[in-house]
Amino acid sequence: MRHLLAVVILIAIVTAAVGLLLGPENILPTLASEEGAYVDQLFSIYAFVIAFFFALIIVIMLYSAVVFRRKKGDDEPGANVHGNSVLEIVWSVIPLGIVLLLAGLGAVYLGDTLEAEADEMVVEVTAAQWSWRFDYPEFGVSSSELYLPNGRQVLFEFNSLDVIHSFWVPEFRLKQDIVPGITTTLRLKPTLSGSYTVRCAELCGLNHANMLTPVTVMEPAEFDAWIAAQIDSRALSPADRGKQLAELNGCVACHSSDGSPSVGPSWLALFGSEEILEDGTEVLVDEDYLLKSILDPNAQIVDGFLPNLMPKIYGDTFSQTEIDALIAYIRSLGN
Amino acid sequence: MTILSLGIVRGLAGQLIGTAVGIGVSVAVRAAMGLTLEVKEGAIVVGILIGAMGFMIGVGALTDWFKWMRGIETPLRHGPPEGRPSWTRYFGVDYSHKVIGIQYGVTSVALLFLAGMLALTFRMELTSPGLQFLDNHTYNTIMSTHGIAMIAAILVGVGAMSNYLTPLLIGASDMAFPRLNAFGFWINVPGAILVASSMYVGGWDTGWTAYAPLSINAPLGMQFVLLGVFLIGLSSVVGSINVVVTVLHFRAPGMSLFRMPIFVWSVMATSIIALTATQFIALSFLMVSAERALGMTFFSPELTPGAAAIGSPAGQVLLFQNLFWFYSHPAVYVFILPGLGIISELLPVFSRKPLFGYKWVALSSMAIALMGFLVWGHHMFTSGMLEGLRIPFMVTTMLIAVPTGVKFFSWVATLWGGKISFQTPMLFVLGAISIFLIGGLTGPPSGVSVTDLFLHDTYYIVGHFHATMFGGFIFPFIAAIYYWFPKITGRMYDEGLGKLHFWLMTPAFWLQSLAMARVGLLGMRRRIADWDPALGIEQGQLLITIAGFTIGFSMLVFLANLIISAVRGRVAIANPWQSRSPEFQIPSPIPEHSYAQPPVVTGEPYDYAEPESVYIRLGPASSAAD
Repeated sequence: MRHLLAVVILIAIVTAAVGLLLGPENILPTLASEEGAYVDQLFSIYAFVIAFFFALIIVIMLYSAVVFRRKKGDDEPGANVHGNSVLEIVWSVIPLGIVLLLAGLGAVYLGDTLEAEADEMVVEVTAAQWSWRFDYPEFGVSSSELYLPNGRQVLFEFNSLDVIHSFWVPEFRLKQDIVPGITTTLRLKPTLSGSYTVRCAELCGLNHANMLTPVTVMEPAEFDAWIAAQIDSRALSPADRGKQLAELNGCVACHSSDGSPSVGPSWLALFGSEEILEDGTEVLVDEDYLLKSILDPNAQIVDGFLPNLMPKIYGDTFSQTEIDALIAYIRSLGN
Repeated sequence: MTILSLGIVRGLAGQLIGTAVGIGVSVAVRAAMGLTLEVKEGAIVVGILIGAMGFMIGVGALTDWFKWMRGIETPLRHGPPEGRPSWTRYFGVDYSHKVIGIQYGVTSVALLFLAGMLALTFRMELTSPGLQFLDNHTYNTIMSTHGIAMIAAILVGVGAMSNYLTPLLIGASDMAFPRLNAFGFWINVPGAILVASSMYVGGWDTGWTAYAPLSINAPLGMQFVLLGVFLIGLSSVVGSINVVVTVLHFRAPGMSLFRMPIFVWSVMATSIIALTATQFIALSFLMVSAERALGMTFFSPELTPGAAAIGSPAGQVLLFQNLFWFYSHPAVYVFILPGLGIISELLPVFSRKPLFGYKWVALSSMAIALMGFLVWGHHMFTSGMLEGLRIPFMVTTMLIAVPTGVKFFSWVATLWGGKISFQTPMLFVLGAISIFLIGGLTGPPSGVSVTDLFLHDTYYIVGHFHATMFGGFIFPFIAAIYYWFPKITGRMYDEGLGKLHFWLMTPAFWLQSLAMARVGLLGMRRRIADWDPALGIEQGQLLITIAGFTIGFSMLVFLANLIISAVRGRVAIANPWQSRSPEFQIPSPIPEHSYAQPPVVTGEPYDYAEPESVYIRLGPASSAAD
């Protein structure tokens, strides 16, 4: 009885201490979305459930290790207890109740995160190795960085051009895989203006670690101003339009414009140069070569680079004008 | 004795020759058809498969079966090979379950060290932000190979425990099918060679999960892994058939199911899973292999021109994940149930008390094994699966906590009121419970789908499953090696080094788990070569690295202890732990024919509190002298 009392007191102390330590305010990053609040609420419940079971096992184990250790010269056996069905039932039924409660709560909250608001804004997200593109169909605007107005729910519609990616902003909490062949969705309502980062959370090959892009949550008036500025910038020269397209479509993830080495050849001083191909032949980089390489990337791989990395989709996804703009941009970086 | 009399040398030569022949024939067929002379991936696949057969023929795992086809009798012979030193039997086909168990065990430890060194390599890289000495591709390759090599190490380690211990614990002379047992071990070797060599043939970058379509576009190393895992899976299947038949048919007289040592229950549960689920990972990996080599579009939403021309439907990306996790979640229980069995097996011995609630513990293993088939969808909460399906998978996942809880409570109830002593095996058992507890308690937050949408693919998950694997397999496996070391070698391990190993490894592992969970919650993703310093996780990363290297160092202490003690340790008595288990009633090291006569079971296995009671009676010829 003395032992039981000691153990109960110790369990209470350890539960309280660990439970306070595990509070969401101590272990999670800033919260910046309404849907993410459900995660934090659940974590505040977990804190004490986890702390209690942790204390229960660890305290009894360590207490036994100290109190019931075999003393030197003591060859007597331990207590002749084979089990206790009542206890077994108790410690099956109580955890059963707790996990069902958590699962029930999880189901209700899951439903809540899926709820749509009337004025939600659609953002189409296109992920590719290793870039992000955000289209705002409401405004006809595209961007390679994510800008969101504070306080308006966003419906993200995700598509992938190649492999599986995953959209995750830790401050928004919820993540969603982006699966080639299907469109997945996620609803988030930003609640805190600030700068965050989209981090691809599903291993997507070579540059997965660097598949990041900034997120800016702004007050609605600032957001409107940003949209207006984007619309103004449409009347661009072909080379500037090409630069914008290269950034939007992730070309720059593999092709630098400053000569630094990457997955694909840098565009700096590329136009007009002579390159040696895999098979040893030389080729002059002109409009024809660039066009061919955009449409069929594997046809003429420059020596030292790998085939099969660049998607063969750009003939379909770009219009002829857009391809011309891209070539104009690469040409503007040439000698 | 020549070097070629060692089976493994002949096997390696056979694999090399087979691979060359396979590739050569494929290229020749291409040439004969008037196609260009080049080595396509399909030719390499043929080479790999014929190479594996070459290994099995060379090592001699098929020799008896070939002889049977020619009508030659091959009576089972026991003991070391004639005309060769007795150590050579460990390097070739031998039908004794004890030799095979050791072969499994040594292979497992070798793979653990390989995978551990890979982990320390990329852990070093991850200590600080920016790329220090690895590039992205090397990082991805090493990280992926670490994962699959650890899984191979664990599967082989499970084979070590189930093959060495099962016949001994049930009082049988050997496994039911000794030849199949040898085949089951040796097929792992070409498999492990393929997995390890994947790093040198272009590498691969998908993580052990090999998700399509990334795995379809990955470099050639991927193909080596897919087929290597297929071979290791084959070992799991034939090994588990052997365990099931052995346990059901070869128990000592009087050993009813509920009088079996508890470890036997856990290997039965494990074998039921391995026997029925392994086919699904084999299938999913073969489909990726075929999609890569033959252009069959199973998973990729993008059709090859040939497939599009005949109007073939597009592949299904999520199909791969469903097939993969239908095995790979139950596989977690394949890995941990034997370890949990070791915990339950050793606790009563060192507490001098019966196992609390034997039947509850036994049946909880079966419950976990069967319920484990219903939870695979929890790996796919973020995948874009049907939204409503996330709820049933969440409920089934949470229910697993119940039988797992029964085990924890029964363990601490076994300790309560005992006379506990703390030799190294017991320390590792207690360490295992504490670490498996971290794994267990970090589970439910990722099992509840809403919070998993936050936790999925973060370092929190990395911390969670490493704690599960270490608490559920690595620590118990180490405990088992220390505990049965005297029965295996006839000598005692060094207690001081054993305790040093424990006191280095356990706190380090605790630190590593907590730091992994911490950085994951702050935004550190899984499987990234480089991390963002803006997350504020420098300290956590440094702690993980320090802990990782401490664990690595402690494993070197372990290895040194095993090797030195096997050669010149104190000579062991028959029953150093005063165990009631049958294998401790016969001499150390265990003789070639473990039990001269079949033992008879007359009591309960864990009646440590009733010194007069008897679990097992040996025939007069079997007993240990002391």
